[in-house]
Amino acid sequence: MRGVTGEVTACDACLRRAWLVARLAGRLEIARLKRGAASSGRLREILALPDERVLTVLAGPDAPSVVAELEALDSGDLRARCSAAQLTPACRHYPRYPARLADLPDPPAVLFIAGRVECLVELAGGTLDEGATAVAVVGTRRASPDGLEVARGLGRGIGAAGVTVVSGMALGVDSAAHAGALEARGSTIAVLAGGADRPYPASKRALYRSIVEQHCVVSEMPPGFTPMRWCFPARNRIIAGLAHATVVVEAAERSGSLITAEYAADLGREVGAVPGPVSSWRSAGTNALLRDGATLVRHTRDVLDAVVGVEGAAAAPPADPAAGLEPRLASVLRAVAGGRDTLAALAGTPDQAQSTLAALTELELLGLLRRVPGGRYLPVAR
Amino acid sequence: MLASVTTFAIDGMESRRVTVEVDIRPGLPAFTIVGLGDRAVREARERVHAAILNSGFEFPQRRVTVNLAPAHMRKAGPGYDLAIACGVLAASGQIPAHTLAGFAVFGELALGGDLRPCRGAIAVAEGAVKAGLGGLVVPPERAAEAALVSGLDIVAAGSLAEAAALIGDDERPTVQTRRPDPLVAGRASVDGPDLADVRGHASVISALIVAAAGGHNMLMSGPPGVGKTMLARRLPSILPPLSPDEALEVTRVQSVAGLHPSGELVAQRPFRSPHHMISASGLVGGGSLPLPGEATLAHRGVLFLDELSEFSRPALEALRQPLEDGRATIVRGQRTVVYPTVFMLVAATNPCPCGHAGSERCRCTESDLQRHRRRLSGPLLDRLDILVDVGRPTAEDFGRGPTATSSEVGERVVAARERQARRLEGTAATCNAQMDARTVRALVRLDRAAETTLRLAYERGEVSARGRDRCLRVAQTIADLAGSDRVLHDHVHIALGYRLDARATRGESVPPPAPEILGCVA
Repeated sequence: MRGVTGEVTACDACLRRAWLVARLAGRLEIARLKRGAASSGRLREILALPDERVLTVLAGPDAPSVVAELEALDSGDLRARCSAAQLTPACRHYPRYPARLADLPDPPAVLFIAGRVECLVELAGGTLDEGATAVAVVGTRRASPDGLEVARGLGRGIGAAGVTVVSGMALGVDSAAHAGALEARGSTIAVLAGGADRPYPASKRALYRSIVEQHCVVSEMPPGFTPMRWCFPARNRIIAGLAHATVVVEAAERSGSLITAEYAADLGREVGAVPGPVSSWRSAGTNALLRDGATLVRHTRDVLDAVVGVEGAAAAPPADPAAGLEPRLASVLRAVAGGRDTLAALAGTPDQAQSTLAALTELELLGLLRRVPGGRYLPVAR
Repeated sequence: MLASVTTFAIDGMESRRVTVEVDIRPGLPAFTIVGLGDRAVREARERVHAAILNSGFEFPQRRVTVNLAPAHMRKAGPGYDLAIACGVLAASGQIPAHTLAGFAVFGELALGGDLRPCRGAIAVAEGAVKAGLGGLVVPPERAAEAALVSGLDIVAAGSLAEAAALIGDDERPTVQTRRPDPLVAGRASVDGPDLADVRGHASVISALIVAAAGGHNMLMSGPPGVGKTMLARRLPSILPPLSPDEALEVTRVQSVAGLHPSGELVAQRPFRSPHHMISASGLVGGGSLPLPGEATLAHRGVLFLDELSEFSRPALEALRQPLEDGRATIVRGQRTVVYPTVFMLVAATNPCPCGHAGSERCRCTESDLQRHRRRLSGPLLDRLDILVDVGRPTAEDFGRGPTATSSEVGERVVAARERQARRLEGTAATCNAQMDARTVRALVRLDRAAETTLRLAYERGEVSARGRDRCLRVAQTIADLAGSDRVLHDHVHIALGYRLDARATRGESVPPPAPEILGCVA
């Protein structure tokens, strides 16, 4: 049975707390809606409260009945539900819980883990410096092909450097970062807003399966829980808390990934952003972060410089991928990197089109270019 | 008195002999037509009545019964008018009945007695030859068309009176029958759309050349207004010229469909571009009295489906059998009709719902894109060998000369087709696109580098097993165009460049990394 052992890894009080939050999730949603958009502060205040206060704030007069309901829950029963969903719970009183989450004012009581528990255990350790290094790569769901390629490249590079890639498995940037880490056989952790046994979004089923098989998916919500809107900013605090640095690839002016960046900044962790055209709505958020002092990220090395620091200063800029190629391939690759990135832009005659197409495909098979919708070719980010 | 006249009913692409029997006997004046006719046949009574009187004949004031035999077959349309009128005249002794015996007559009557053309003259003429008849009376507009069939006298008659006179006259003038002239058939239309009108679009034109040379179906993907339809329209001009037999087939289809006003032999490959609201029977043919659909009207030419993802699923499903078998079989009631459907399919689509995929203007989410791809990945995707992205031509392109002209490209296509014909002799295929998996294995010869390339693409998950065969067929065509006996690795590269994105059809999945490749560049 994958990742599930007989060993006790979470205390009863913490498990009950997780179910309490899930039980009151609907009321939390209402409380948040009443406060409007600027409610993430309020949300976190509530999540930071002890159980009794949460009850009085959210349940009000219903508190006694909710308490009775929860007391009826047998802790053995809760554990059985976890193992039925193949989840391993880890509460903050046991060593496999990543201690760095304690930096959060409102750490989750329990993390439910699907997949290989070791993956998260690597991040455990007394302080931030003791556990394994992790970097969060997050961004918009409506990413551009270029943004996806950058995210994938960052995931690949960070993963290949032995650093864990943390993200939220959302459409767009998040998934691309996970996919990149998987490609490089690096470590990656997906933090979900709903139960860790449920792929969310459902269309990312295949990605979910690969992450669970090779790495792990975690969530603070109990098994089977369907996420509500407040769960996403709440999940973002865990992403920020797990990672040494948070890199935002593409984000609109109001974006969930900016919340992650804000949380990371609050924790005093590094925040990085990938710059984009000032005219692009997809880069409005990241450009604003850069203006506010975030680290500028062009490629993996910029991230590793900021996080690992040591080898960064001495290292040369990334090698020219065109070096060592046949001249005809090298010239096509340089032209694509220079912005002439469609077959139509590269070829003036039908015969030229054929030879250029041959070169583009060869570069694609060499893993140096990637074809994206719209007939564009992008240099593979490294 | 009794008389019988032969005419023909159009049934699919063929004609069936119909005997019009007219019986006139004493009784109250009446005019009855029996034999499963539709409204138009029943209304023939009024037309025939008026036409006979207005042509200076007499309409018998007795009991007239007309039977259209065989009585179990449904008959439609006004094409029986002339036969009924001739029958009435013969039965009433106004024209000699014995001279009518060797003739088939065919045409619609105007009230004044003039003959009007109706559809399917070639099929009728072929039926008349098969039935062993010596002559066919047709309206003059259809004489040239009927004369494409040899073996019988074509008599052009402008009116009922003229027809009656010609049938009785032993010295009647006939229209000369003529075999389709290969030169006429081979002549590409001079004034049709030509590649020379196109500026830029070199990459699409090179894909069109490959598609034309191998008979490959293709999919063009590009933003609205970029020239997809304009380019597809030019495909017939670079296809090999129609052979005389093919020209006759095309003419017959157009004649049966009533789309053939000139009556001359059709020398140009058809181009059909139905709207995406078309129904399944509109696309492949149908109706209670079946008519050919767009797939048949595109026979030996190009069927262009713009906005492929907007076509209804049943319509696209229906297109699958015609694409595979080269004919559409339509079963209606107790009848089966077969229409020929040998055509090249060219489809066009926007790259994403908003049409601007890949550019900053695109606001589609990943899930929008996936939904769009799912709509495309229908029944037809397997049949499309070549995917090409159509981009905007640059401003400089408009200042330059034409990228290519149809005549020079056409020569290369013909040469490539000849190479294929030699290689494919003895197989069921006539061009590379028609090679089945076994033929591909037997006939496509790769050099070693090409094999390595293809294996690599397969292992990386860039092509599926079926996509591999598709790629081989296209690579073979590219080799044929290049005049190479073997398929070289660049030919495979180009063919892979035309592949439909494997990920687009499989949905999201991460291709396995190729560490040895990543390693060698790093």
